[in-house]
Amino acid sequence: MSVFLSKPKGENPKPSRTPQIFLNARLIDPESGRDELGGLLVQDGLIADLGPHLRRNAPEGAAVIDCQEHVLCPGLIDAQVITGEPGQEHRETLKTASRAAAAGGVTTVVVMPDTSPVIDQVALVDFIQRRARDNAIVHVHTMAAMTRGLKGEEMTEIGLLKRAGAIAFTNGKSSIGNTRVMRNVLNYAKDFGALVMHHCEDPYLSSNASMNSGEVATRLGLAGVPTVAETIVVERDVRLVEKTGGRYHSMTITCAESLEVIKSAKARGLDVTCGVSINHLTLNENDVTGYRTFFKVRPPLRHENDRKAMVAGIADGGIDIIVSSHDPQDVDVKRRPFQEAADGAAGLETLLPAALRLYHSGDVELVALLKAMTLNPAKLLGLHSGRLRKGTIADMILVDLNEPWVVNKDLLRSRSKNSPFDEARLQGRVLRTVVAGETVYQYAGHEPALAAD
Amino acid sequence: MTHAAIAHLPAFPHRHLLSCERLTAPDIDFLLDLADKSADQNQKIEKKRNVLNGRTVINLFFEASTRTQASFELAGKRLGADVMNMVVASSSVRKGETLIDTAVTLNAMRPDIIVVRHYAAGAVELLSQKVDCSVVNAGDGAHQHPTQALLDALTIRRAKGRIAGLTVAICGDILHSRVARSNIDLLNAMSARVRIVAPSTLLPSNPDRLGAEVFTDMWQGLADADVVMMLRLQHERMDGVYVPSSREYFHFFGLDHEKLARAKPDALIMHPGPMNRGVEIASTVADHSRSVIREQVEMGVAVRMAVLEALSQNLPQA
Repeated sequence: MSVFLSKPKGENPKPSRTPQIFLNARLIDPESGRDELGGLLVQDGLIADLGPHLRRNAPEGAAVIDCQEHVLCPGLIDAQVITGEPGQEHRETLKTASRAAAAGGVTTVVVMPDTSPVIDQVALVDFIQRRARDNAIVHVHTMAAMTRGLKGEEMTEIGLLKRAGAIAFTNGKSSIGNTRVMRNVLNYAKDFGALVMHHCEDPYLSSNASMNSGEVATRLGLAGVPTVAETIVVERDVRLVEKTGGRYHSMTITCAESLEVIKSAKARGLDVTCGVSINHLTLNENDVTGYRTFFKVRPPLRHENDRKAMVAGIADGGIDIIVSSHDPQDVDVKRRPFQEAADGAAGLETLLPAALRLYHSGDVELVALLKAMTLNPAKLLGLHSGRLRKGTIADMILVDLNEPWVVNKDLLRSRSKNSPFDEARLQGRVLRTVVAGETVYQYAGHEPALAAD
Repeated sequence: MTHAAIAHLPAFPHRHLLSCERLTAPDIDFLLDLADKSADQNQKIEKKRNVLNGRTVINLFFEASTRTQASFELAGKRLGADVMNMVVASSSVRKGETLIDTAVTLNAMRPDIIVVRHYAAGAVELLSQKVDCSVVNAGDGAHQHPTQALLDALTIRRAKGRIAGLTVAICGDILHSRVARSNIDLLNAMSARVRIVAPSTLLPSNPDRLGAEVFTDMWQGLADADVVMMLRLQHERMDGVYVPSSREYFHFFGLDHEKLARAKPDALIMHPGPMNRGVEIASTVADHSRSVIREQVEMGVAVRMAVLEALSQNLPQA
């Protein structure tokens, strides 16, 4: 069974003073490229030392954790997570999301402003920060809406929101259709060094569509959204950034054409990045067959060729980050005719093992894969975590790369059980999750059903 | 050049005053010297002179403006001219033909000087091409407002004794501001160092080409400034298109004591009016001892007198 060892951080604010030594670990650090057996010493919540010299040598008085040559790497940073707090706590709270994150090896969660009310005011940024401090067992940062109510019309107080702690600005699950608004937002955000993260999908081409446009949609009789709906917006945004300057991130691209646009923008020296969701790296439109609504996500699952292009993008670094695109939905809104069912898939807890599919298949090197979930999002968001370096915060995970398991959605910690990986065979498991030196999750063998939280 | 030829050169070699772009430093000095005298005279009981006796000045305003119109009206009357105000109300779309027809109609009434404000950039110049008299631009769209720049220059010169070498920070809605464009031209002609300070959404494209140093951070933009010139931010610009809210605007671009402290200790505070207290300028800063906002209004009449007088010297004489 698994245990959450730490109380919520608010009740236990001080990091333990006893040093901890992680012996005999396979240390993987995407920043230095390190992949070697060694040890890592944690003190006062920070990485005090690491390297081969600590593989077997426990300093006097340190608590010893024998890693048995499993992978010890930075904790994952998931830059795209939706919870239901505030407003739809039946879907997910910051507390339940943080528990799912800890069990999935995610030590930092960035929550989206798609809540009720929308996070578009300073007081709401403050609310999220306070709730997370009191209830979450991993780090939580919040994005803020870049237009009021996510309506795509009026800019929010980007300067004051950033000052209050908003880590990035987004229009949530919807695109800004009005090019002039987008231009002004980019232009304004630039003055404050604010990161703009945009979901790219032409609102007209995607209206009423419920899956990818193509053969499967045709056979199923469902309205589809073509990949060009995404590429048009990515291209538009990049052209705007070329004029305005500023930091721009396309949140979840799904096709080769969009990736080409981003790559060419990078080649022109623009401060442009992109991400992809775990769903679009490991699933494709064929999964929708049978009108399986747990596979209804936004943007929709694409053709297998698109999926392969996304995997190649992770392998060669063209795509910067992988996100879970965690979007908990209760069963009621999923058990509907496909076109009426809600979008979204729960993904925090399965992010790492699902991603490891790409490693086990030989498509992506382990370090490149981890980099897209640790160092790269840290750089994007300006966080010091995401690396194993002396003096940085001890946000780490211990991972058994090979343990096989079958996902049982009822055992997932997320309050919503809409996992597209239900009953999937995955390989790789998080053994321990450490946040600022505190172990917040530990796996100890096969687990029985959890008590309801 | 013979002595006689020099004597025939007009002191102010322009038929119209349409823009600050075409003014040279000697032109500006000439107008400011003239305005200085008017300013002194305006402080006396007897304010009238008769240099425009018999002349007709028409104030043609296609855009309502109480203070500029009043200023021009007083200026004309103090110089002895007959002044007529025409307010073409509403900013309803007026086609080019209508404007030209208006010009032709007015021209038939044989005015000597027409003072024009229009909501469209270039409209005053267009009108000037269709009349036989002199034309003064009292503001055309986001293009130029030369008498405002002149009155600002006069205010600075009287307070500081010079313009050359001073650092002037113009802050606010540069994008939509004819005041900013006129001031940038004029202050550059007078060898001041000009800065513009605004969020990127309120900057025109290629702002660096205007001849001003560009800042999007007001704290930096005000550093060691000799003059802080605030611009009005219209309410319709604060609806989230250009600026998210007046609260955020004031926080980052409003002139408060904290930001003002970055400027030189003797920096002048200016505003062309009308002010939005609490939006672009803190109320206490507007009323600060270094604020010359009231002097600007006073110099407005003097500068407009100087402009009317200078232009009248080039009109056919009796």
